[in-house]
Amino acid sequence: MKQLKKREVFTVSESSPKVRVATTSLAGCFGCHMSFLDMDERIVGLLEHVEFSRSPINDIKHCEPCDIGLIEGALCNADNVHVLKEFRDNCKIIIAVGACAINGGVPAMRNHFTLKECLEEAFLDEIGVDNPHIPNDVEIPLLLNKVHPIHEVVKVDYYLPGCPPPADAFVKILTDLLEGREPSLPKEMLHYD
Amino acid sequence: MTPYSSEHLLHVLHAHQQRFHYISDQAICEIATRLHLPRAQVEAVTEFYAFFHRSPRGRFDILFSNCTSCGNLTLMQQLCDRLNVCMDQTSSDGLISISQTSCIGMCDHGASALINGLTVTSLSEQIIEEMGNLIESETPVSAWPTSWFQIGNNIRKEGLLLTEALEPGAALKAIAGRSSDEILNEITASGLKGRGGAGFSTGLKWKLCRDAASDSRYVVCNADEGEPGTFKDRILLNSHADTLFEGMTVCGKVIGASQGYLYLRGEYRYMLDALLTTLQNRREAGLLGNNVLGSGFDFDIAVVVGAGAYICGEESALIESIEEKPGIPRIRPPFPVTSGLWGKPTVVNNVETLVAAAGIVLHGHHWFETSGTWQSKGSKLLSVSGDCARAGIYEYPFGVTVAQILEDAGAEDVQAVQIGGPAGRLIGAESFTNHIAFEDIATGGSFMIFDTSRDLLAVIGNFTHFFDHESCGFCTPCRVGTTLLKNGLDKVCSGHGTAHDIDELQRTAALVSRRSHCGLGMTAPNPIRDGLKVFPQLFEARLLHQEMEPEFNLDASLEEARSLTNRDDAEAHL
Repeated sequence: MKQLKKREVFTVSESSPKVRVATTSLAGCFGCHMSFLDMDERIVGLLEHVEFSRSPINDIKHCEPCDIGLIEGALCNADNVHVLKEFRDNCKIIIAVGACAINGGVPAMRNHFTLKECLEEAFLDEIGVDNPHIPNDVEIPLLLNKVHPIHEVVKVDYYLPGCPPPADAFVKILTDLLEGREPSLPKEMLHYD
Repeated sequence: MTPYSSEHLLHVLHAHQQRFHYISDQAICEIATRLHLPRAQVEAVTEFYAFFHRSPRGRFDILFSNCTSCGNLTLMQQLCDRLNVCMDQTSSDGLISISQTSCIGMCDHGASALINGLTVTSLSEQIIEEMGNLIESETPVSAWPTSWFQIGNNIRKEGLLLTEALEPGAALKAIAGRSSDEILNEITASGLKGRGGAGFSTGLKWKLCRDAASDSRYVVCNADEGEPGTFKDRILLNSHADTLFEGMTVCGKVIGASQGYLYLRGEYRYMLDALLTTLQNRREAGLLGNNVLGSGFDFDIAVVVGAGAYICGEESALIESIEEKPGIPRIRPPFPVTSGLWGKPTVVNNVETLVAAAGIVLHGHHWFETSGTWQSKGSKLLSVSGDCARAGIYEYPFGVTVAQILEDAGAEDVQAVQIGGPAGRLIGAESFTNHIAFEDIATGGSFMIFDTSRDLLAVIGNFTHFFDHESCGFCTPCRVGTTLLKNGLDKVCSGHGTAHDIDELQRTAALVSRRSHCGLGMTAPNPIRDGLKVFPQLFEARLLHQEMEPEFNLDASLEEARSLTNRDDAEAHL
């Protein structure tokens, strides 16, 4: 597993009093976001220093220029790619959060099959399928042949492993960045057995 | 102990593969029952070695070397086109299968291949055309022109070892009546160091083995010469086999072993019969077997033939292979000198080391130590190949400069030299004044020359693919890391790399070399690291000047979904 790597240390910009953070879940289960909220009352202290741009927490639809982007989930469709690129274009620091973003995780289990096999199983062959056809509405984003971790498409600055990463790990990595330190997670936060 | 046991698992599988062209599930069960081995072990060994197959190969099974010196994949494609088959796919009538294999040690003979395990060299378009005809008419390989199978020695320069034609038994007679300590002192005083590349003191290795507490010990000769560009052991096995066996016998006498093994790489199987004849002659002359030369010392030598696994050149993997297991390196320590073959103290020495040892006990250590440098005594056989007028074997005293070798080999416009094979070092013109010696540029013997007409990134790519293919898969840093290095370098070579990819290559290279289980992984990133250090401009010239480029084609990745949904709108593209 890739660990936190040395990049330029984040510093708070002078123009904005608060550090701006955006978050999103691509092909993920929102479990990482739930774990983020598990920091409980500590989020009050955090909000004294940060404000949220695009995030499922506030339902803002597009990412504004930000300091930190937290990305949960892998890339499974064209929309995921657009969202990820929007984040990369707007965030100074991108953090890959959780097993799916880092190495594909559960969504990547479909990589053992062809896309055709997956769609036929779900929409044609499964018992109880009504009106069997593979959905082709233009509103529906097309699926990628294979599920990919996000670092294969954009540059990722830091990796926060775990399924999900514990709330303490979110607090630690954000605190380190807010205080201008190179993030570093102690071994206890990287141990899952 | 028979000199070539037909019951050894590797030999049984080889015979089966030759006869039936693959190892079926049923065959695995039968072989396991017959040899009293676990079924899982037979299956694991079958899967591990490249020359055994679980699905049928052709009656003509052809493996083209993909080495930068003895490979020519254009010729392979020519034969594929001629016979209308694809690489790695056995033709539907079971006639032919064509694949690639790692260097087969014929770098001084031009493009080469293995046909049903036999070596053909000096391939040309014309020979490929004739070969196509012979295969189509199903002419057995035994009836093919014998000239195709001729393998010469190409000795270009002789030194201490090669001028020496040791009379069989001469070294054994020289040590008759001398104690183990006296012989050991002779070897140690000569300063002989292992010739396989690592350069461990031979005298010390023998002493450690002799002094390890045990009721039995073994001598193993490592003739698994797999490093691309190396073929010196081939020459020694061909013309100095007697001296080699003499060296093994001397070692056996010193350490108190009664059994020796020669582990011969599968690619050199064509020499097996001659080696067995030499062993038989020695046995008849009283130089092997019970009571060697009437001294009361029993010693015999058996040959085990590998089956296409570079990793078996690593001594503990080689030991595992002799023990009829997959060639996965052991955790060291304990080192083989204390716990080797079947857990017994074992000396594993390179062919060249044992040949030198025989000479030293015959002539005394002065004969040896007057040659070479202060820290590197004696001579070194170099396998010179690549872009030069005179490829072949050159024996030099240690301390010779790279420039001298290049001049002797008739190499012009040299861009780079890979010394010690892909696991060794890649050097440019600024290092040609350096010396071949343990204290300067150490080498197991491979010396590959690349002139300015070569695409050096393609050469580095070849080496990187080699390690990816040969990683035994046991440890994650090497198994995954060699593939990441291959993918990363391919991306740069194909013009899609960015500065970020170079950073990632450097980072992965450091991790793989630091965290791998054995020497294969530790040295696998060398071509990339040396390349980036010595020829950074070659990498720079291929880079895209942007921060990051995806590792795959995003739009192509939607192709399957587009065809399943019949969509081609703007949203259906990336």
